[in-house]
Amino acid sequence: MADEKRLVASPSQTIGPFLHVGFESQVELKTLGSAATIKSAPLHLRIQVLDGVGAPIDDALVEIWQTAPGESDAPSAAVRNWGRCPTDTYGWCAFDTFTPASGVAEDGCRIAAHINICVFARGLLRHVFTRCYFAGDAALAGDPVLGLVPPTRRDTLVARSDGAGWTFQIRMQGADETVFFDL
Amino acid sequence: MKIDDRVILTDADVHKSQPPLLYPPYRSTVLRAPAQPQIRVPEAYSDLTQPVYGHMAIGPGDADLTRQCPGGEPQGERIIVSGRLLDEDGRPVRNALIEVWQANAAGRYRHSRDAHPAPLDPYFIGAGRCETDAEGRYRFVSIKPGAYPWRNHENAWRPAHIHFSIFGQSFLTRLVTQMYFPSDPLFPYDPMMQSLPDDRVRQRLISTFDLGLTEPEWALGYRFDIVVRGPHSTPFEERA
Repeated sequence: MADEKRLVASPSQTIGPFLHVGFESQVELKTLGSAATIKSAPLHLRIQVLDGVGAPIDDALVEIWQTAPGESDAPSAAVRNWGRCPTDTYGWCAFDTFTPASGVAEDGCRIAAHINICVFARGLLRHVFTRCYFAGDAALAGDPVLGLVPPTRRDTLVARSDGAGWTFQIRMQGADETVFFDL
Repeated sequence: MKIDDRVILTDADVHKSQPPLLYPPYRSTVLRAPAQPQIRVPEAYSDLTQPVYGHMAIGPGDADLTRQCPGGEPQGERIIVSGRLLDEDGRPVRNALIEVWQANAAGRYRHSRDAHPAPLDPYFIGAGRCETDAEGRYRFVSIKPGAYPWRNHENAWRPAHIHFSIFGQSFLTRLVTQMYFPSDPLFPYDPMMQSLPDDRVRQRLISTFDLGLTEPEWALGYRFDIVVRGPHSTPFEERA
């Protein structure tokens, strides 16, 4: 029904360069759970956001969301499944969270553990979604969403371990542009 | 409360309702807008429709930006900004987190990177938040922000605006946008506003003066209704 009347979502506008006025006081939001409050393994995730020439984006806001690993870490006052952190001068932000669960879709596909990521920044008229998987996870090969991504670009969605935690780079443009998802 | 009829469109209008990622007149998009096509994730594999938890506590004074600094009130024209948050099916979005931030009456943000030589206001921070009620209503008290210059192009000025961040029941309803004021002469020159596909879409970000919201001897009222995506609707990428 092409002419059916309905409400349509309001247009998006950029978060702009002064987002910190609104969000700076909320530093606690980069911690989703701590060793004291969560039962599954803690996970330290550092994310860097880079522009089309590889320069750090120092005024982005990164939000993450993930499934809790099970009843034990169900969202509560002590464990949240959503976090937010602005990037610093070098384009980095960091989250203290927990190891996400892998899952099984309704059709039986095994979904590899991942963290959903949403990026806002000056120069982004709309926010964009990506997700990070974890290198070495045996479930990556069968993950149905990674399977939609051309093989040459799958690496852009995989975080690397550096001993102290995991790092993930988001490249907004360029030869190794990160895969963004249409959700 | 009647719904602002400017938010009611037809199915066909969905496809030209969002700005593109790349809009060269807004220079910052040139090196930041992703160039590759986005990959559509079937809903069965998307866990973004599940609830999101973990909002911060909201303090009783958080929605009144004129009373956040002990010892005085900010300079400027006091305003009330209020409206409803609805989804695309017309249902009120309850208990949604709405955060706002803005420049002061002189057009200056309390931010280290704001180099505009306009005065800071010791009694104005410029950030507020609130949660929508059972009818999806929200209400802020603030001062009208000033226009300010930016360096996008020669003699570039942003029309007065308030930034809005909306967090509904899931990540799919996430929205960051800006609210403008009626009849601003800067609209035709503003790349943010002009990035929107047509004038009818632009109108949706312009608040309306509302005598019913206006409080005698106190503050002018502006109405701003906001619509967020429904849980199963067209992705934004397909609306640009």
